[in-house]
Amino acid sequence: MEIHEKIKEIEDKISEALKNVKLSKHLQEVRMKFLGKTGEISELMKGMRDVPPEKRREVGQQLNEFRGRAEEKFNALNEELKAKELKEKIKAEAIDVTMPGRKPESGAFHPNTLIRDELVSVFAGMGFEVFEGPEIENDYYNFTALNTPKDHPARDMQDTFYITGDLLLRTQTSAGQIRVMENKKPPIKILSPGKVYRSDDDATHSPMFSQMEGLVVDKGITLCDLKGMLDEFARKVFGEGVKTRLRPSYFPFTEPSVEVDVSCFECGGKGCRLCKGTGWIEVLGAGMVNRRVLEGCGVDPDVYTGFAFGMGIERIAMLKYGINNMKLLFEGDVRFLKQFKG
Amino acid sequence: MKAPLSWLKDYVDIDISAEELTEKLFSCGFEVEELIYPGKDISGVVVGEVIECEPVEGTHLHVCKVDCGERGVFQICCGADNVKKGIKAPVALVGATVYATAKDHVTVEGVMTIKKGKLRGIESEGMLCSGAEIGVNGDMFEGGDYCGLLILPKEFENGADVKPLLGLDDCVLDIAVTANRPDCQSILGIAREVAAVLKKELKEPDYSYTPVKDCEPVSISVEAPDLCPRYIGHCVSDVKIAVSPLWLRKRLALCGLRSINNIVDITNFILLEMGQPMHAFDLRTIGGRKIIVRRAEKGEKIVTLDENEFELDGENLVICDANKPVALAGIMGGLNSEIKDDTSDVLFEAAKFARDNIRKTSRALGQHSDSSALFEKGVYEYTTERAMKRALHLIEELGCGKICTMHTDVCAAVTEEKKLTCSVKKINALLGIEVPAEEMKNILSSLNFKVSLSNDTLSLTVPKYREDIDGYPDIAEEIIRFYGYSHINGTFLPSASITNGGYNEEQKTENSLKQTLSAKGLYEISTYSFYSPSDFDALHIPGDDALRKAIKILNPISEELSVMRTTLAPSMLQVITRNLRRGNLEGKVYELAKVYLADEIPVKTFPEERKTLSLGIWGKYDFFDLKGIIETVAESFNVKFNYVPSQRSWLHPGITAEILCDDIKIGYLGMISPQISAELALERDAYIAEIGYDELKKHRRPFRYKPLPKYAVETRDLALVCDCAISCGEIEREIYGACKYVTDVRLFDVYKGGQIGEGKKSMAFTVTFTPSEEEITTRIDGFVKKILGNLKFKLGVELR
Repeated sequence: MEIHEKIKEIEDKISEALKNVKLSKHLQEVRMKFLGKTGEISELMKGMRDVPPEKRREVGQQLNEFRGRAEEKFNALNEELKAKELKEKIKAEAIDVTMPGRKPESGAFHPNTLIRDELVSVFAGMGFEVFEGPEIENDYYNFTALNTPKDHPARDMQDTFYITGDLLLRTQTSAGQIRVMENKKPPIKILSPGKVYRSDDDATHSPMFSQMEGLVVDKGITLCDLKGMLDEFARKVFGEGVKTRLRPSYFPFTEPSVEVDVSCFECGGKGCRLCKGTGWIEVLGAGMVNRRVLEGCGVDPDVYTGFAFGMGIERIAMLKYGINNMKLLFEGDVRFLKQFKG
Repeated sequence: MKAPLSWLKDYVDIDISAEELTEKLFSCGFEVEELIYPGKDISGVVVGEVIECEPVEGTHLHVCKVDCGERGVFQICCGADNVKKGIKAPVALVGATVYATAKDHVTVEGVMTIKKGKLRGIESEGMLCSGAEIGVNGDMFEGGDYCGLLILPKEFENGADVKPLLGLDDCVLDIAVTANRPDCQSILGIAREVAAVLKKELKEPDYSYTPVKDCEPVSISVEAPDLCPRYIGHCVSDVKIAVSPLWLRKRLALCGLRSINNIVDITNFILLEMGQPMHAFDLRTIGGRKIIVRRAEKGEKIVTLDENEFELDGENLVICDANKPVALAGIMGGLNSEIKDDTSDVLFEAAKFARDNIRKTSRALGQHSDSSALFEKGVYEYTTERAMKRALHLIEELGCGKICTMHTDVCAAVTEEKKLTCSVKKINALLGIEVPAEEMKNILSSLNFKVSLSNDTLSLTVPKYREDIDGYPDIAEEIIRFYGYSHINGTFLPSASITNGGYNEEQKTENSLKQTLSAKGLYEISTYSFYSPSDFDALHIPGDDALRKAIKILNPISEELSVMRTTLAPSMLQVITRNLRRGNLEGKVYELAKVYLADEIPVKTFPEERKTLSLGIWGKYDFFDLKGIIETVAESFNVKFNYVPSQRSWLHPGITAEILCDDIKIGYLGMISPQISAELALERDAYIAEIGYDELKKHRRPFRYKPLPKYAVETRDLALVCDCAISCGEIEREIYGACKYVTDVRLFDVYKGGQIGEGKKSMAFTVTFTPSEEEITTRIDGFVKKILGNLKFKLGVELR
């Protein structure tokens, strides 16, 4: 058989074989059959040694061309199949992206911690240090040093849990004020967050709750400074545009004393359920530190003045997160706690 | 403090509405908590004259023609027994709102709107009303208690709205008074503030009276002047006990007090008007015409007006006659000296009692009254004196007795008028604004201070009822509350020194621990610092265990919240139990809180407050999940914990470990014991841990960089076989001990079963060797040999 006939024969075989090839891996098998080391084309090329020398050049050229054609053919088909297969693979791999994600387990801080940290960060920027005093206090630190002697009617404002005649569960973080002033000379700027206890138990009162007390003592401190600082607090904690309002009140350890309201951050002051239609929400008590308190701590009230403020952390948390029952904060129900992954 | 607007108007010319007054009072420190309108539910009720009145056959009804002046004449069917031609009565026209009453015609059951209707087929265009139906009782208007029609005076004009005529247009201000202002616990006290805020004059009530009779003296002695700094007694004879005039009854009614008789009503009126509790004794019952104010003897008894008997002791102050206690001082009179219908001679008492003593007695006996409430807040001697005068004036005004000359005033010390000088500059320095001196003077004058101003100095005489005024900050407050807090503009500590703020190192450590735990999927909880002694029982804590040495609260809210916790375990267990009962079948929580530990009970000094970390997990988790969390805690403190088997009464005996840090016990972890779990009906396994945080933080080591090894680390897996009794921890320790290059030993498989043999187990570890200075690859085989040798020699562990 002439060489070109052999080529033709193999070429036909290839065409026939490729007709049924649908997958790239089958194509590879077919390719091996023809172009592999022992494939038909390779075998044919091995036949070169039997070709007379004068024809070798011509036959060699024909064979090389043929092999080139065949390779091209296989390559083209391979690319075509690969492209098709990739397309199919991609199609098959498509997922329902709306199916749920796998979350790593994450916990959360207690709402009180969130509020405490927020408050501390607001006041830390203004130069306040954090001081934590003991929860079991004595009568002196909790009352007497705060200008609330034994027969003082203000003691009725707080129902106190007593441990002994003298030791008690502190009713206010203000007790910490005295401990700081006894040990530190002005300038003083401290925050005193912590648990306090009062004999009260209903939807908005709990026998244990947390307060954050602030105290500033320095030269030339005024009521206007208190207002300025609270304006800043209100803006940062409750949002831009929230204003504060001072109104007269009474605490034995401050004079003048004020109750501080913030403009309702829910309705912007128009009146809503949160602010009971008044446009204002009571958030804290404050005032200029009473001279007697300063004197008692060895601070000269003719040289130094100061202000103090105290707020209920739960109250702020309840206002800010819309929690309607204080009990929830102390139950540890994980369905409740999960909601504060802020 | 309830103050009817109409009453305040007696002393101040108030020309603004109750709402406007509320705003004004608010600005000067008196919050009106509620505006009570006695007639708020009543509308459309007018005066009507019955001009025709015919009985309806076979019924109790009358069909009437009622003339309502300009409103017209209406046919109204009426069932009242006192309806007749010619009377005037309130008429609720169609559309009016009145109270619906029950069958007794007295009990109010709600508000109803009058509609046109038919009674027994007869058209009725409205309703003739009783007092109850329009919210008027006999103290507010004569005849208001009668269960038939309220008969109105002839001079009332037909068709006129009844509300102003019956006082139903009044408004009662319920005012919150701060503890520093006991002088404002009275209508007159509030009136003084109202006068100041409205810049009007205060019209003082009439205190004048003339004694008209001599009587046998009553001897008054105060044996406890510390508890009774002032006691004034005054006799009134020829008393005619009668009903008080309507104006007086109405005043009491508006403030929620029921009229008793003229004498008692006068004392109650003074209590409201002046803020001075008074008492009236029937002189017949005062043995020996003697009043002795003294501490009670132990075991002495008294029956008070409300017929409660109390046994007293030396802490209680009593008013006695020659033989017996006749009143519990400042709280309530004795039943034995009560004013009766035939009382003819009366001793009036106006006194000041020490507020804390009244409070203590009132609390101890559980006996409270309007009087004790006032004394607890504080009554000033100045008021005591004026109140007696005012009461005697009312006796005269009401003509209910003859005022005697017998007047005794036992006074420990006459208080002088307080004088004060303040610097205008200092006041302004405190406020941070410039209030003009002249303005200060005006404000203080309006508050009845006597003021003179020279240059920078205000010289003041303080009103006698203002015992709260003490120094210039008090004056600053008086000024700013009337000058207006709206003048206070925020400034930002322009003169203060710079300070460095924020959490200190210790607080930051605490925060980062919380951060770590929350990031690992735990929720932070907060539970009460106190619990019940029975919570120790629930944990099966033995009776003599130190944990039971808990600090007791003397006056707890309840037994459940009566001891300060010595361990957080009961609180944690409660939280887990609560969650499981609510169907929260899995969870991981932690709490960082204090336990309170005393050297001795009862405590003598400040107890130790020790911060403790408590962890709790339940549901799909097991012991090693909890241990993993604890190891994370150790990592965050850069320490290594060791664990040894341990016991706790509330934990599974085989699934409990002691946690050691640098060989010091700092806590435990374990599974809730199956017995307790069954007792609490826990549906899932729960694990808890407690770590002494204050101890842990002492071991904390700062993080320092260690140079990275120059050569690659090498690892070898070793499958070992040993007795079941050998613990993972023991093997780990041996491996670490055998070679200094071992930096990690990690268990990755445990196998027990056929191929190993009875009582044996296989444990597979990955051991990591980290080279330091030189390459160790070639020496690893030697290390492994050494490790295996040690394991075999010390623990009998073989290579599998």
